[in-house]
Amino acid sequence: MSRRVRRLAPALGLVPFFGYLTIFLLIPTGAVVVGAFVEQDRASLSNIRALGDEVVLRTLWHSVVLSAESAVVGAVLGGLLAYAVVTGRPDGLLRRSVTSACGVLAQFGGVTLAFAFIATLGFSGVVTEAGRDLLGIDLFGSGWLFGLKGLTLVYTYFQIPLMVIVFLPSLDGMRVQWREAAESLGASTWQFWRYIAGPLLLPAFLGSTLLLFANAFAAYATAAALVSQGSPILPLLIRNALTSEIVLGQSHLAFALALDMIVVVVIVMTLYALLLRRTSRWLR
Amino acid sequence: MKRTVRSAALIISAVAVSLGAAACGGPPDKDSGSDTKASSATSAKDLGGMDALVKAAKKEGQLNVIALPPTWANYGKIIDAFEDKYDIKINSAQPDAASQDEINAANTLKGTKRAPDVFDLGQSVALANTSMFAPYKVATFDSIPEEFKDPDGTWVNDYGGFMSIGFDTTKVPEVTGIDDLLGSEFKGKVALNGDPTQAGAAFSGVVMASIANGGSADDIAPGVSYFEKLKKAGNFLPVDPTPATIESGQTPVVIDWDYTNAAETAKLPSWKVVVPEGAAVGGYYYQAINKDAPHPAAARLWQEFLYSDEGQNLYLGGGARPVRADAMKADGTLDEALYAKLPEVQGDPVLLTEEQTKTAADYLSKNWSKVAG
Repeated sequence: MSRRVRRLAPALGLVPFFGYLTIFLLIPTGAVVVGAFVEQDRASLSNIRALGDEVVLRTLWHSVVLSAESAVVGAVLGGLLAYAVVTGRPDGLLRRSVTSACGVLAQFGGVTLAFAFIATLGFSGVVTEAGRDLLGIDLFGSGWLFGLKGLTLVYTYFQIPLMVIVFLPSLDGMRVQWREAAESLGASTWQFWRYIAGPLLLPAFLGSTLLLFANAFAAYATAAALVSQGSPILPLLIRNALTSEIVLGQSHLAFALALDMIVVVVIVMTLYALLLRRTSRWLR
Repeated sequence: MKRTVRSAALIISAVAVSLGAAACGGPPDKDSGSDTKASSATSAKDLGGMDALVKAAKKEGQLNVIALPPTWANYGKIIDAFEDKYDIKINSAQPDAASQDEINAANTLKGTKRAPDVFDLGQSVALANTSMFAPYKVATFDSIPEEFKDPDGTWVNDYGGFMSIGFDTTKVPEVTGIDDLLGSEFKGKVALNGDPTQAGAAFSGVVMASIANGGSADDIAPGVSYFEKLKKAGNFLPVDPTPATIESGQTPVVIDWDYTNAAETAKLPSWKVVVPEGAAVGGYYYQAINKDAPHPAAARLWQEFLYSDEGQNLYLGGGARPVRADAMKADGTLDEALYAKLPEVQGDPVLLTEEQTKTAADYLSKNWSKVAG
């Protein structure tokens, strides 16, 4: 075997991965970009122009707000939980149970999650019924669970555990010695957090928040199962453009909307990569 | 990142839809659609009469239907009756799909054995896709009123109904008109079957609200502001009603076609259905044969069955108004007992033309988000 072949051999193992990437990422992305600029088999900017439409802009705004809210709430609560876990014993029960629970819950999404919430907080949900019988209050109201507010709550449910998973390694990277060094030099707790831990953890924290944002921004199945009236967020507006039996011929608008989403996610993921680079310098 | 994968799947399905047959259709099956005689037949006579059609259909042995919910217009029983009568297996795909899904599926599966043989479509989707239909005249074609069929039989209305309000008398007070629903007893209880910018039934619900509030077939703005009021009162329940939500009491009031609402009375005795006085909005569904049907003879036999007295009375059994009702009444073949059970309709029924539907759809797509957020 020549030296060149031997050097290339390990790369062969990546071929299935790149094949997968091509089929499920590059080709669809290409098709979306091309499709967004086509109308009735001809090149056209009409769908791109339609992105400036009031309804589309409002939906984009809703999508961004929903993703940001659930990401920030998830990041703060998840971050606190992760810190609580890290202060415990590394092989303790708390840590083991929390991390494995988070592993499961972060992936507990889609239709199952939506129905779990409907069974809990829906019109005849367990908690709703209990609230009616025991406290005499109507938690269900006018069906807030099936709108944007409901989505924020349900998304937060899977954001918190995801935050724990992605943020825990950064907290683990903090050395006890750094704290000891700071203390032996006379630093107070506040000073330690203000000048050492804070700056070290901030990029990782912001990066994780961005990841949560992207995660919520692209979520579809949960929202689709929950929201049947209107299309408050972009993935649902895409569904509407593809399946509506009232407003026809919008399949290329769906491409344009998907392109809209790709642009937002690309921006977010670029920021994420930049932040990650900053953090990795320290936490090696 | 399961959810990211899901959005990728969504995008891929978007691609699949647009690339249609080119990307996803497999090679045509040799054993299906081979009977070219059946796929070009425009009546049973072309094949040598009804017996020959039955024989050809039995030889194919299968029929693909799509988007026919068993609880909708009695389709569950209709499918059983057809299977029993002709010993042909019916493959019912995606019972809860929308009309546009039927067309998408036909495009995506074109040339394969799994493509739908027949369609049951809402008005706008049907009229926008007539180039995909095979013209065919059933034996009873002449007894179908002119306005409910294409002269060549490219499409024929099969059954229709009126927009109605269904309500559970154990949960809410008696309803007579649409404005009753604005009262405080209906807080969080009024559901519309679907999103009116997406589903035909919900769309007609908005038209009904419009006509009851001084609008017309040309002007549905009052319908949208009615739902805005309903939402402001906290009465609009943004849940998609299904038989399950109705029977479990999650959707105590449902605005839907009278036949789907009527189907619930059999299972829930306290369920009542009214067509609001002076706001009768009618709607007929469109039946058509897929031009590229993999089982062309069975598809034609299915049409013959649906428009036979037996098929039409089966629709009636589900509370839907069969398109041949008047002719059958004259012939004495209509099941009068079932016909008498249909909700009463007062005032002139309103049926939207294609043009009016389009104008209304435009208005809705711009303004419905005010209601639904």
